[in-house]
Amino acid sequence: MDRFVFLTLDGLSRGAVYAAFALALVLIWRAARIVNFAQGAMAVATAYVAHSVAAATGSYWWGFLAALVAGLLLGALVDVAVMRLVDSTSPLNPVIVALGLVLLIQAVLGMVYGNEYRPAEAPFSRAALTLGGVGVLSPYDLFVLAAVGAVVVALAWMFARTGTGLRMRAAAFAPAVARLLGVDVGGMLTLGWALASGVGALAGLLVIPTELGLHPHAMDLVFVSAFTAAVVGGLDSPPGAVVGGLAVGLVLSYVSGYAGSDLAPLAVLVLLLAVLLIRPGGLFAQVTARRV
Amino acid sequence: MKGPTLARHLGAGAVAVALLVPVSFALEPFRAFQLATVAAYLCATAGLTVLTGLNGQLSLGHGALMAVGAYTVALSQTAFADAGVTGGWVLPVSFGAAVGATVAVGALVGVAAARLRGPYLAGVTLAVAVVVPALTVTFDGVLGGEQGLSVPVDPPPAGLGASFPYERWQLWIAGAATLPVLLLLGNLVRSRYGRTFRAVRDDEVAARLAGIDVARTQVLAFVVSAAGAGVGGGLLAVLAQSVSPGAFSLTLSLSLVMAVVVGGLGRLAGAGWGAVLLVALPDLTHSVTGLVSFPPALAQRMAGNLPLAVFGVTLVVVVVAAPGGIQGLLSRSGRALRSRPDPSTTHHP
Repeated sequence: MDRFVFLTLDGLSRGAVYAAFALALVLIWRAARIVNFAQGAMAVATAYVAHSVAAATGSYWWGFLAALVAGLLLGALVDVAVMRLVDSTSPLNPVIVALGLVLLIQAVLGMVYGNEYRPAEAPFSRAALTLGGVGVLSPYDLFVLAAVGAVVVALAWMFARTGTGLRMRAAAFAPAVARLLGVDVGGMLTLGWALASGVGALAGLLVIPTELGLHPHAMDLVFVSAFTAAVVGGLDSPPGAVVGGLAVGLVLSYVSGYAGSDLAPLAVLVLLLAVLLIRPGGLFAQVTARRV
Repeated sequence: MKGPTLARHLGAGAVAVALLVPVSFALEPFRAFQLATVAAYLCATAGLTVLTGLNGQLSLGHGALMAVGAYTVALSQTAFADAGVTGGWVLPVSFGAAVGATVAVGALVGVAAARLRGPYLAGVTLAVAVVVPALTVTFDGVLGGEQGLSVPVDPPPAGLGASFPYERWQLWIAGAATLPVLLLLGNLVRSRYGRTFRAVRDDEVAARLAGIDVARTQVLAFVVSAAGAGVGGGLLAVLAQSVSPGAFSLTLSLSLVMAVVVGGLGRLAGAGWGAVLLVALPDLTHSVTGLVSFPPALAQRMAGNLPLAVFGVTLVVVVVAAPGGIQGLLSRSGRALRSRPDPSTTHHP
């Protein structure tokens, strides 16, 4: 029972990161109808920025801040310099271009930093606190949950309560009408990319210290897990992404805890296939007629 | 060239054999090895071109399918070597097993893929590409973990002479495996099945109205494509004489996508350009960086990564600027050279 409690809490903390990363995917999907397959590589790039800045200044938090800013800028850059130029009448094209970015970003990171694992330090202890003799969350897990919670609340507030959020929703929902009403649709799209990439950077910063360390490919499996989370929630739904992320985190935690961590990658693949074959629109999808 | 497709393709195959044998004697061993590597990639890129270019399904998982083929050949060759069985038929049997295993895996993924579209399909195949290499560590008792397995391959037959270079023998093996694959795929593309592949790609509803079973066509395309990747992976295993998960990472899958897109998705010839690029670009970047003297640590980091950076940039530029790839550019310029200015196509103000 103690083990179950521990695995559940650990899964929620892990799932919070997947939720944030899935949220980043959903943000871009809603704004541009593109699944950003380069999200993982972009997040690793910002994690390396954090690594360098932290090494130069001696403070984790300066690195943290620098990575978030780098994430925002990288997202905007990818939109303006690459994605805007792609002819997206064929849905394959944005995917293929994103894969090109993955190759490019991972290769550049490999050239600058080398293809070996670097230790990634966590700002708080990762030793679990005990509560009544039961191992529960570590201070770092609490930090992860608080950071992801803050981002989710801030995004929800922004989209529901601010003028910018309203304009972003309008630009995504009806670009032509929004443009007629004076909304800078292109600018909103770039802002969406920047925000998503910033959230992705945060997720990368949070998850990398809990894995093997910093490596150009550190986010490959995390990306697959987060994509699964986004699909579980339905690619269109931000609350779905959060719930999907927590669900995937729990499943992976139980599989790792009870069946061995080697099986976690296989569990992700099985989960993804199961969701897509049984309920392709995600658990939160409304029933819609298939578009022809 | 006129006549039945099969006769035409058999003729082309005979010409290829007639060219390849003297070429294999003219090439120095390292170049022969490179050409054999091109042939190995060609099996996989040709399969991927059939799937993505002709049937419209994007697969990011072909590196993983190559891994399935490679590991099957490794296990089969090891089993034969352990049993002390030798003979000319051993390697073909191993390749048959590799095709069987990849067809089974391809059918499994293909059945799921046939129900998925666009980014969902890309996501599932990406998951396959990431997860399958990781399985070698999960089942390291059989698959050797990160270290991988060695692939025992018999030396060239004694009848060819004692000084027959091993690389030339590898090139012959690669040619003997690749030509049948190309022949079969080339015929398939021209057949009724090839036309149903294209019909499904262009308009699923119209294809269904014409009586085509869309799902079955998509699964068939995936299976055929997987078999090509299996042969290619088996060849890579024979060429390297070892298999390890690092050789079949996500990067390989993405490089294959790069190769078929840059080569040109519409035609099988594009797969040839792509396979050549996969071998030639790293060679080219290596000789270019060789002109500048970098510190050894940096040079070592650049060696593996610079070609991938070039792959990435090429892929982005081609999709943005020349979506038809190399083969598209060639056929367009070929048409422009052949055709005289046609009054009906000139623009009048």
